[in-house]
Amino acid sequence: MSWPILSFLIFFPLLGALLIFILKGSEDQIKKNSIYITLGTTVINFIVSLDLWYEFDPKATGYQFIEYKKWIVNFISYKLGIDGISLFLVLLTTFITPLCVLSVINSVKFRVKEFFIALLLMETFMIGVFCSLDIFLFFLFFEGGLIPMFLIIGIWGGERRVYSALKFFLYTFLGSIFLLIAIITIYLQLNTTDVEQLSKINIPVNLQYYLWWGFFISLAVKLPMWPFHTWLPDAHVEAPTAGSVILAAILLKIAGYAFIRFSIGLFPNASLFFSNIVFILSLVAIIYTSLVALMQSDMKKLIAYSSVAHMGYVTIGIFSFSKQGIDGAIFQMISHGFISSALFLCVGVLYDRVHSRLIDTYKGIVNVMPIFSLVFLTSSLANVGLPGTSGFIGELLTLIGVFKMNYVVAIIAGLGVILSAAYMLWLCKRLIFGNFSVQGLNKNEKLLDMNLIEKVMIFSLIILIILVGVYPNIILETISTSVDQTLSSINKQISIKKAFIY
Amino acid sequence: MFLNLLLLPEIILVLGSFFVLLLGVFKENSYKILNFLVLTTLFIIIFFLIFQFNEKKNFFSNFYNIDPFVNFIKLLILGSIIFTLLLTKQYLEKQNLLKFEFLVIILLSAVGMFVMVSASNLIVFYLGLELQSLCLYIMASINTKSSKSSESGLKYFVLGSLASGLLLYGCSIVYGFSGTLNYTEISKFSSTETISLKFGLVFILCGIAFKVSAVPFHMWTPDVYEGSPTAVTTFFAIAPKVAAIAAFVKFLNVPYINYFNEWKLLLLILSCASMFLGAVAAIAQSNLKRLMAYSSISHVGFILAGVTISTPEALNAVVIYTFIYVIMNIGIFSCILALKRKENYYENIFDLSGISKNHPLLALSFTILLFSLAGIPPLAGFFAKLYIFLAIIEQKMFYFAAFGLICAVIAGFYYLRLIKIIYFDPPKENFDQINSKGLKISIILSTLIVLLFFIQPSFLTEITSDVIKYIK
Repeated sequence: MSWPILSFLIFFPLLGALLIFILKGSEDQIKKNSIYITLGTTVINFIVSLDLWYEFDPKATGYQFIEYKKWIVNFISYKLGIDGISLFLVLLTTFITPLCVLSVINSVKFRVKEFFIALLLMETFMIGVFCSLDIFLFFLFFEGGLIPMFLIIGIWGGERRVYSALKFFLYTFLGSIFLLIAIITIYLQLNTTDVEQLSKINIPVNLQYYLWWGFFISLAVKLPMWPFHTWLPDAHVEAPTAGSVILAAILLKIAGYAFIRFSIGLFPNASLFFSNIVFILSLVAIIYTSLVALMQSDMKKLIAYSSVAHMGYVTIGIFSFSKQGIDGAIFQMISHGFISSALFLCVGVLYDRVHSRLIDTYKGIVNVMPIFSLVFLTSSLANVGLPGTSGFIGELLTLIGVFKMNYVVAIIAGLGVILSAAYMLWLCKRLIFGNFSVQGLNKNEKLLDMNLIEKVMIFSLIILIILVGVYPNIILETISTSVDQTLSSINKQISIKKAFIY
Repeated sequence: MFLNLLLLPEIILVLGSFFVLLLGVFKENSYKILNFLVLTTLFIIIFFLIFQFNEKKNFFSNFYNIDPFVNFIKLLILGSIIFTLLLTKQYLEKQNLLKFEFLVIILLSAVGMFVMVSASNLIVFYLGLELQSLCLYIMASINTKSSKSSESGLKYFVLGSLASGLLLYGCSIVYGFSGTLNYTEISKFSSTETISLKFGLVFILCGIAFKVSAVPFHMWTPDVYEGSPTAVTTFFAIAPKVAAIAAFVKFLNVPYINYFNEWKLLLLILSCASMFLGAVAAIAQSNLKRLMAYSSISHVGFILAGVTISTPEALNAVVIYTFIYVIMNIGIFSCILALKRKENYYENIFDLSGISKNHPLLALSFTILLFSLAGIPPLAGFFAKLYIFLAIIEQKMFYFAAFGLICAVIAGFYYLRLIKIIYFDPPKENFDQINSKGLKISIILSTLIVLLFFIQPSFLTEITSDVIKYIK
C-alpha cells in the first residue's frame, strides 16, 4: 500500500468543508457552488472507497491498510486500519452520503452552506469511527459526530427540532460518560488502547465485567436498545430527510460495529456472561417497538421504531457467538442501511410535495405516482424481509445463528418478522392503495411522480437491495475471514460447545 | 546578593505601575500612550520570564522563591492581562471608563498575584493576596456611575475581607503551634505530631477557596461577575483565578504535604460541591455574565478534582486545565464584548437569539468555544477534562469520576441551550460589526487554539509535565 488511503477518506470531506467555508459570492452562487463541491467531494470519496474495496484482500487475516503515527506520547496513537467488518460500513458511509446530498438539493432552503459543511463533517467523523484501531481515537470520532448531527437536527429540523436535538445530544453524551471511564480504565490497567494489541491480551474476567458494562450502556444508547431508544423516534421525526438517512443508515451502525469490535472482541467472557441480558433487551425491542410501530400515525416515526426493532436482530446475532449470527448481524446492518435510507428518502419525496408526514393525509398514491409506489412497496417488502431482498438474508442468518445458541430467543425473534410484516404492509395499504385523495392539496395541484434525481437516489438503493439479496456472497465472502478470526480469538478464551455449520 | 536580576519582573512591574500613575496624574487624556506603555512593559517582563524560565532559586532567607512552575503561572497571568487590555479597550472607551487608574490597578494586582504565587512564607503569601484583592475590589466598582458596579465592589470587599480575616486567623494559628510561617519549615511537622496545625489548615483553606470561588465560598462570584463592567469581569474570570489556583496547589503541596490524608477529603467535598452547583445553578440564569460565573465555578470544581488527587499526573492535569480554561474564557468574553449595538452592550442570553444569521463567524466561534467548555471532543476542553479524569481513575476513584462526568453532562445542557439560542432561534436586530482589532485577534486566536489543540497536545503537556516537578 503506497498512500494513506484511509486518512484520505477521513480528511478529504474535511477539506471540502473548508473549501465551502471560504466560499464567497451571492447567495445563489454559494448555494450552487457548495452543492457542487459537496457532491464532488463525496463522489470522489466514494470512488476512492471503491478502490479500497478493490485493493482489499478478503483472504488476508488481520487488519489491512494500517496507518500508524504517534500522536500523544505514550497515550493515544493515530492508528487506522480496516478489516472485512469495517470495510462495508465505510463503503456504506461513502455511498449514502452523496445520496444525502442529492436528497437535500431541493428541501434545504436556508443556510445551505452550513448544512453541507455539517454533512461533510459528519462523513469525516463516521468514516473515522469505522477506521480507527485505537479505542481513544474511536471515542474522539464517536463523540465528535454529535456536534454536526446536533446542528443538523436543530437547525434544519421540523417543529420540535430543539427538543429532539437536545434529547439526542444529552442521551448520547450521558451514555458516552461510561464509555470514557471504561476506556480510561483500559488504558490505565492494560497500558494500551491499541485494539490489535488488546485483542492479544487476555483481560482479567473481573475487569471485563466492569468494562463490558461501560461499553454496553454507551452503545445501547447509541444503537439504540430498549429502554434507551426514546431519543431515536424524536430525532428521526424532526431531522431533515438527509439527517434521518444518516442517522438510520450509518449512525445506528456505529454501535453495532462497536459491539462486534469491542464488546465481544475484547471482553468475550463478559459478553457471554451477560448475553442473556442482551437477548432479553433485544427481544423486548423487537416485539415492543414493532407493536408501537403498528400504532404510529407518523410515517417517519413508524420507520424509526422499525429501525429499533431491526437493530434488535443485530444485537441478537452478535451475541449468539456463531458465525452465522455475526455474519447475519453485519449483513443486517448493511441491508438495513440500504432499506431504511430508501424508506426515509421515499417519505422525503412525499414530504417535499405535500409537507405532511402523517399517514392519514395520503390515500391511493398509486393512482398518481406509480413509480413512487413501486419503489416504496419494494423497500417495504425488503424491510419485512421478503426472500430475494437483502432484509431476508440478514434476518435468516441471525435467526439461524441464535437458534443454535438459544432456540426460545430465536422463536420469539421470529415473531417479530410477522409483526414487521403487519406494520409495513398496513402502512402500504393505507398509503398506496384505495381511491386517491390527499388532504391539504388543492384540486388544481397535481402530485408529480418522482423526478430524475429522486429516481437516481432511490433506484440505486433498490438495485443494491435486490442485488445483495439475490447474491449475498458479495458481502459474506469478504467478511468471512474477519468474522472467523474474531470468533477464533474469542474461542481461545471461552469454549462454546456449539458446532459451526460452515 | 540582595537584589537579584531574577526579581526584575516584579521590580519592573512595581516601577512601571508607579510611572504610569505619575504620568497619568500629570498628563490628561493619556490613556492611549499609557496603554501602549503598559503593554510594552508586560512584553518586556514576558521576555525576562522566558529568559529565566528554568531558574530555580530562593530569596530573602527563603521568603520568596522562583522556579519553572511559578514562572509558567506568571506567564499565564501576564498573558491573560495582555489579552484583557487588548479586548477591553473598546468597551472601556464606549462606557467612558478610560481612566488611567484602571491600568495602574491592573499592574498592581499583577504584582500581588506574582507575590502570591512566588511566596514561600505565609505572611508574604498573605501580603500578595491582599494587594491583589484590594486591587480587585477597586476594579469591581470602577464604574462609579453604575450602582450595580458599586454594589458589587462593596459586596466583594465585605466578603473578601471576611475571607482574608479567616485566612489570617489560620496563619496565626499555624504560627502559634509551629512557631514558623515558612513553607518548608511547616512541612517538617507530620500530621500526628501537631494536630492543631489542622485547625490552621481549615481556616486558610476557607480563605483560598473564597478566592478561587469554590462552593460553599462562591456566593460573591455571580453578583460580582454580573455587577462589574464586562471588561473587569473578563479580568476576574482569568488572571486572579490562575493565581489563586497556583497558590492553592502550592500551599497544599509544600507546607501541608504531610497532611494529604487530612485535606484530601476537604478538597473532595469542595470539588464535588463546585462541580454540581456550578452545573445546576447555571441552568436558570439568563444573564450571560452570571452564567459564566457559574460556569467558572464548575470549572474550578474540575480543577480542584485534580488538586484533590495531587499525584504528578493530577497536578499536570490541573495546570493543563487552567491553561485551557484561560484560553476558553478569553474567547467567550471577547464574544460577549462583541455584542454591541450603537454604543450599548448586551449581556442577556436572549440577545444572542439567532446571531448565526447575521454574524456567522462570531456565532461559529461562540459555538466552538461553548462546545469546548462543555467538553466535547476533539476540542481543547475535552482534553482538559480527559487529563483530570485520567488522574482520578488512576487512583481508582470511580464514583468520583462518574459524579464529575455526570456534572459535566448537566453543565453540557446550558452550553447547548446557548448554542440553541444562537443557531435555532429567530434572529433579532443586528449587532454592530466587530471593529476592534484586539477583539478580533483574541476571538480568532482563542477559537483556533481551542479547535486545533488536538493536533499536537504534547506541545503543552510536555512543558507542564516538566514544570510541575518543581512544585513539591
